[in-house]
Amino acid sequence: MNPEPFSADMVIDAVSAVFMVVGALMSLAAAVGLLRFPDLLSRMHAATKPQVLGLFLLLSAVGLQMRSLWVWPVLVVAWIFQLLTVPVSAHMVGRAGYRTKHLHRERLSSDELEAVVQHAARKRGSTDEEQRGG
Amino acid sequence: MNRKRISLRQELPLLVWLVIVWCALWQDFGPGNLLFGALIAIVVARLFYLPPVELGGRFNVLRAVPFALVFLAKVVAASFQVLYLAVAKGPRVLSAVIAVPLRSHSDLLVTATGHVISLIPGSLVVEVDRSTSTLYIHGVNVRDAADAAKLRKDVRDTEAGLIRIMGTKEEVSALKQEVGS
Repeated sequence: MNPEPFSADMVIDAVSAVFMVVGALMSLAAAVGLLRFPDLLSRMHAATKPQVLGLFLLLSAVGLQMRSLWVWPVLVVAWIFQLLTVPVSAHMVGRAGYRTKHLHRERLSSDELEAVVQHAARKRGSTDEEQRGG
Repeated sequence: MNRKRISLRQELPLLVWLVIVWCALWQDFGPGNLLFGALIAIVVARLFYLPPVELGGRFNVLRAVPFALVFLAKVVAASFQVLYLAVAKGPRVLSAVIAVPLRSHSDLLVTATGHVISLIPGSLVVEVDRSTSTLYIHGVNVRDAADAAKLRKDVRDTEAGLIRIMGTKEEVSALKQEVGS
């Protein structure tokens, strides 16, 4: 449209191209991480986290390309909903995974939750017996 | 029905958010749409009752903006770190589950801290102990006690930042004393 070499359109196109490529790279990171990390908990990192940035970059690219101010609130709302829901789903899957012991203990350098869980389990076991006795 | 009455002040953030979502979806921030959105927000908030979020009663915008920028920078840095770990280390990566006791006992701050920590790649909240407000965090690439201490400090610093933004006055003064001493 504009024959000048450094028009605003070109700069916007270049920036959104970079955003899209890096955003796609983040999706690739998620895929590689899913395949290569050893257990469920570390896979959750790869599956959920790079998408926060990846989606941010892709939505920004969409916003830049649409050339319309009114599309930005929708994109911001979409990203905020993602920010609100990603940690919840990651937490629920991670918690269920920890409780059903889908993890490799030998790949943990320390586990401060295990002692707490065992303590709680012992306590519950003893109160159950008390209730049964009484 | 036994419902705790919510003051309008407490409900206002929710209503404002609902109006923003409504107008964003219509892509129309005209006065008519704002008014109708507000009407729908009030009806929705009345019909689908949620327990009120207990706010600290203050929100510091001057602290929130740098916090958001630092958060974004951390997300960028950590995303590339996870990419590097996935490609270079893969199955040999070491992780840890560590307990981080938080200062605040407010549900809002514990939730917000957990959210921010979960959104930054490399850490994930596995379990929450609400009675002692302790977060159990799974960190990727935590090889030894020094890494664990660093992650713990990161979480505590994040919480400190959130307290400065929206904690109660008592929490802020307690934080000031802790930093000062």
